[in-house]
Amino acid sequence: MSPLLQVSDLHASYGDFRVLHGLDFAVGQGGVTTLLGANGAGKTTTLRALCGMIRHSGRIVFEGADIAGRPTEEIVRLGIAHVPEGRGTFTGLTAEENLLCGAMARSDRGAIAADVERVYGWFPRLKERRRQQAGTLSGGEQQMLAIGRALMLRPKLMLLDEPSFGLAPLIVAELFEILRKVGEEEGVALLIVEQNAALALELADRAYLIETGCMVMSGSAAEIRDDESVRAAYLGY
Amino acid sequence: MELLIQQLVTGIATGGIYACMALAVVMIYQAIHHLNFSQGEMAMFSTFVAWQLLQWGLPYWAVLPLTVAVSFAGGMAIERLVIRPLGQAPILSHIAVFIGLFAVINSLAGFIWDFTIKPFPSPFGEGSQLGGLISNHQIGMIGVTLVVLLFLYLFFRYTRIGLAMRAAAENPASARLVGIRVGRTVALGWGMAAAIGSIAGILIAPLVFLEPNMMLSILLYGFAGAVLGGLSSPAGAVFGGFAIGVIENLAGTYIPVVGDELKLPIALLLIVTVLVFKPTGLFGRPVVQRV
Ligand SMILES: Nc1ncnc2c1ncn2[C@@H]1O[C@H](COP(=O)(O)OP(=O)(O)O)[C@@H](O)[C@H]1O
Ligand SMILES: [Mg+2]
Repeated sequence: MSPLLQVSDLHASYGDFRVLHGLDFAVGQGGVTTLLGANGAGKTTTLRALCGMIRHSGRIVFEGADIAGRPTEEIVRLGIAHVPEGRGTFTGLTAEENLLCGAMARSDRGAIAADVERVYGWFPRLKERRRQQAGTLSGGEQQMLAIGRALMLRPKLMLLDEPSFGLAPLIVAELFEILRKVGEEEGVALLIVEQNAALALELADRAYLIETGCMVMSGSAAEIRDDESVRAAYLGY
Repeated sequence: MELLIQQLVTGIATGGIYACMALAVVMIYQAIHHLNFSQGEMAMFSTFVAWQLLQWGLPYWAVLPLTVAVSFAGGMAIERLVIRPLGQAPILSHIAVFIGLFAVINSLAGFIWDFTIKPFPSPFGEGSQLGGLISNHQIGMIGVTLVVLLFLYLFFRYTRIGLAMRAAAENPASARLVGIRVGRTVALGWGMAAAIGSIAGILIAPLVFLEPNMMLSILLYGFAGAVLGGLSSPAGAVFGGFAIGVIENLAGTYIPVVGDELKLPIALLLIVTVLVFKPTGLFGRPVVQRV
């Protein structure tokens, strides 16, 4: 089976500052892939390039079509939902309006109300806060909201940029458990970017490691976890 | 006491003009998060278009929707041709362009229709109520403003495209990530603002006469109303517009030094005071954010 997403020779830069130097990686149909790396390695940049948010070159093949260079709005419409760094909450809208925004790219309007309820099923706390201004939600709730908003697209691929960032360990554990179930039950492939390597490797099937914009290692999550150098540098044991 | 009530009613009547304009101002602010200094001129130009159509013999109730439609298209065209190429340019570039637009539209109107004042008809008749305190036209104008406000409220609150416009204005990057075509919502915002401006112009023209400079001070009062009520709140802006009308009238009557000449500085003073002490305006929602 060909992968859902196949990226080859991906370069990206901010102005003249080159950040990615030819990445190759793939995300399978379903399952969890993780992209690991230290702060500043280029993880966020990689996700931004995939969504056409910054200048890039290379091939990004999604479901057999090269999507490199297409505008963000159109890439999203193909079924790629991006939970961005910092969550990208619409702070002035209510929680429920944030979820409804997630379905903006869909044409099957009749099914949207049911999907809002489905998201509330995953995150009951959001239902309690549905009428609340989203900016007043706690960090954990905003992260749930961002994931819920992404699910409203009914995506085939979900990109998550450091979903654990800034959250208490207990909340993170809860969130990752839900992510695992969501991936399985909704048939969504997940590409998770994390600094918290231990956490991500627990969830993932496949892992990639980037250092200063270059892919330095790839393999099954178990292989990466057992690698001596990864242990020393990223897992700390 | 009687004088006070008289002044209140007159204030509300003039305030209707400002409320109308303030609503148009807030509308575009919602779409682009900039105050558009050329908004008054756009409204004035639309009013000339209406006047021209009337001159050609079209009936009033055909001219109104036609002008609104033409203005909507004109607003979209300005966005496309002048604003979009600016992209992410700094705020000063936007201000420069707004001032440029202001000058261009103003001279264009003068060039086409000259600078002599022209009477503009009212659909609400000539009479007045409350012993001449408030004209039928002013009552009609207030009514129309409130109807437009209600329409906008329903549009932004309950329609999908209204929600998309709010989301795109608040956070364009996030909006793109959920698939909202931000370029289109911004263009739509300009179109709607121009359309609402044209209604404001057509309602204001019978009171002040039509000429290329008719909107100069009115736009300032409109800004004052919008700032007072809160730039994020259409209803607040309308309230602010009425409040400015009342304040201006009361100050002119009861503070001897103000008189008629100093009314305009009062609007300016209000803008500054509100921006210093309550930047979100009376009804504007502060954006609360937790990280
Ligand atoms: N908007 C930007 N403009 C210029 N340089 C940036 C910008 N964002 C990130 N960078 C640089 O790109 C590199 C990779 O950043 P990023 O992709 O955010 O790393 P990560 O997500 O892995 O922590 C860093 O050196 C960072 O300083
Ligand atoms: Mg990052």
